[in-house]
Amino acid sequence: MSQKQIAGVTIDVNDEGYMTNHAQWNRDVAAALAKEEGIDLTEGHWKVLDFIDKDFKEKSAVPGMRRMNKVGGIETKELYSLFPNGPIKKATKIAGYPKPVSCV
Amino acid sequence: MKKLLILGAGTAGTMMANRLRKKLPANKWSIAIVDQYPKHYYQPGFLFMPFGIFSEKDVVKPKRKFIPRDVDYVEGEIDRIQAEQNRVLLRSGNYLNYDLLVIATGVKTAPEQTDGMLGNDWRKRVSDFYTFEGASTLHGALCDWNGGRLVVHISEMPIKCPVAVLEFAFLADWWLTERGLRDKTEIIYVTPLSGAFTKPIAAKVLGHLLEEKRINVVTDFNISRVDNEQHKIVSWDEKEVDYDLLVTVPTNMGDAAMERSGLGDELNFVATDRHTLQSKQYANIFILGDATDLPSSKAGSVAHFQAEVLTENITHYIKGEPFASQFDGHANCFIESGYGKAFLLDFNYDLQPVEGKYPLPGIGPFSLLRETRLNHFGKLAFKWIYWNLLLRGVPMPGIGHHMSRLGKQIPLEALQPA
Repeated sequence: MSQKQIAGVTIDVNDEGYMTNHAQWNRDVAAALAKEEGIDLTEGHWKVLDFIDKDFKEKSAVPGMRRMNKVGGIETKELYSLFPNGPIKKATKIAGYPKPVSCV
Repeated sequence: MKKLLILGAGTAGTMMANRLRKKLPANKWSIAIVDQYPKHYYQPGFLFMPFGIFSEKDVVKPKRKFIPRDVDYVEGEIDRIQAEQNRVLLRSGNYLNYDLLVIATGVKTAPEQTDGMLGNDWRKRVSDFYTFEGASTLHGALCDWNGGRLVVHISEMPIKCPVAVLEFAFLADWWLTERGLRDKTEIIYVTPLSGAFTKPIAAKVLGHLLEEKRINVVTDFNISRVDNEQHKIVSWDEKEVDYDLLVTVPTNMGDAAMERSGLGDELNFVATDRHTLQSKQYANIFILGDATDLPSSKAGSVAHFQAEVLTENITHYIKGEPFASQFDGHANCFIESGYGKAFLLDFNYDLQPVEGKYPLPGIGPFSLLRETRLNHFGKLAFKWIYWNLLLRGVPMPGIGHHMSRLGKQIPLEALQPA
């Protein structure tokens, strides 16, 4: 667990750089986190990030690919082109939520 | 006479029938349970079948045998719940009315959700081990095995008992070594997640196992299709993994009747309050076991702990009293690691698996997150406990639904963000 300065604020992050306190997240933080992943956020990215945000608040879990597709209306191919190499883990990092995990 | 109806006579439904029949007065409440299949499978045993440790007699018994005599057992397929009318329509056209409904319809494998999974290789070079047929197929496939690429694969999360897939890889390593086939076999573990172990403490303690056992891991692999011609799986971003034998966990989905009832999400899981287990849509509907949309693990131990909570909550609910019991996400499970040893995990919504002793703090006899022979015997003994105590709702001292933090070594990072 450590802290880092980004977009003018201090955020708590875990060893892999995922935020551990969502209250510290805002849209500027997201843009800066995205930059670190080599991504410039566009409207298409925000559609994904906003869906993760809404869904996490409702279900306390990061939505999977199928849910993104069926409920969020985001095509899997599109998801990969927006967030290459592991779209869910990248998108959740930028959205300020924990990486999807299993029980172990 | 009031009517309580339970949908599904698997682990969760059977436990509820037994527990509720003891709690609810027979002159005031009738209880019925519906299921379309006559056989009860001891599902943790499927893991052992491919390796010849368990066979049919260990894992199959008639469902009716575990339902109390004063509970009506209805063999039939559920068409849909008509929650506004408080009734369930069966495929036969008959209705079952209820005052209170318990949904315990579980999950099933849905190989048809992946392009090509049900192709020519299915039940030959491609099989699951989450069904009796699949586990039997793999027993045959392993007996004929001469070496090659053994791919152990998860299609998408969530799945029932996620650690079972790792256990399969560990047992395969042991089984092939005993037969002198290990050096001729490459074992590849393919997961849609970012690692085989995703919880930091478990990863720290268990991460070395994969290397030690020479299991190669492919992460972030989201399957798009199975290529039966060239015997490979292909991801959405065109990564490929070749297989000689593909041991896959297909997409897991809730019962299609939940979708028809307007109660299911994109995987037919039912919206459930994470603490009370009440439906988010209807006050007189409760859900437990694998059928819920909760972030808790889909596993028998979870259904067991939920059954305890739900029995209490239902008795309060029918008296018009507030709920007194809360489910905390508690789960525990053994992880077979081969060579007669196993690990044990105990965790809940808020605390990831850590080291310690279970069930008695400081004493055990089981060790958490440690590889011991006793844990392995615990896992084997569990079969007897399951058939004789668990399903019948017999209390097990020391194994309560509320996860204890006593006897656990809890580093700060073990508490997960809610």
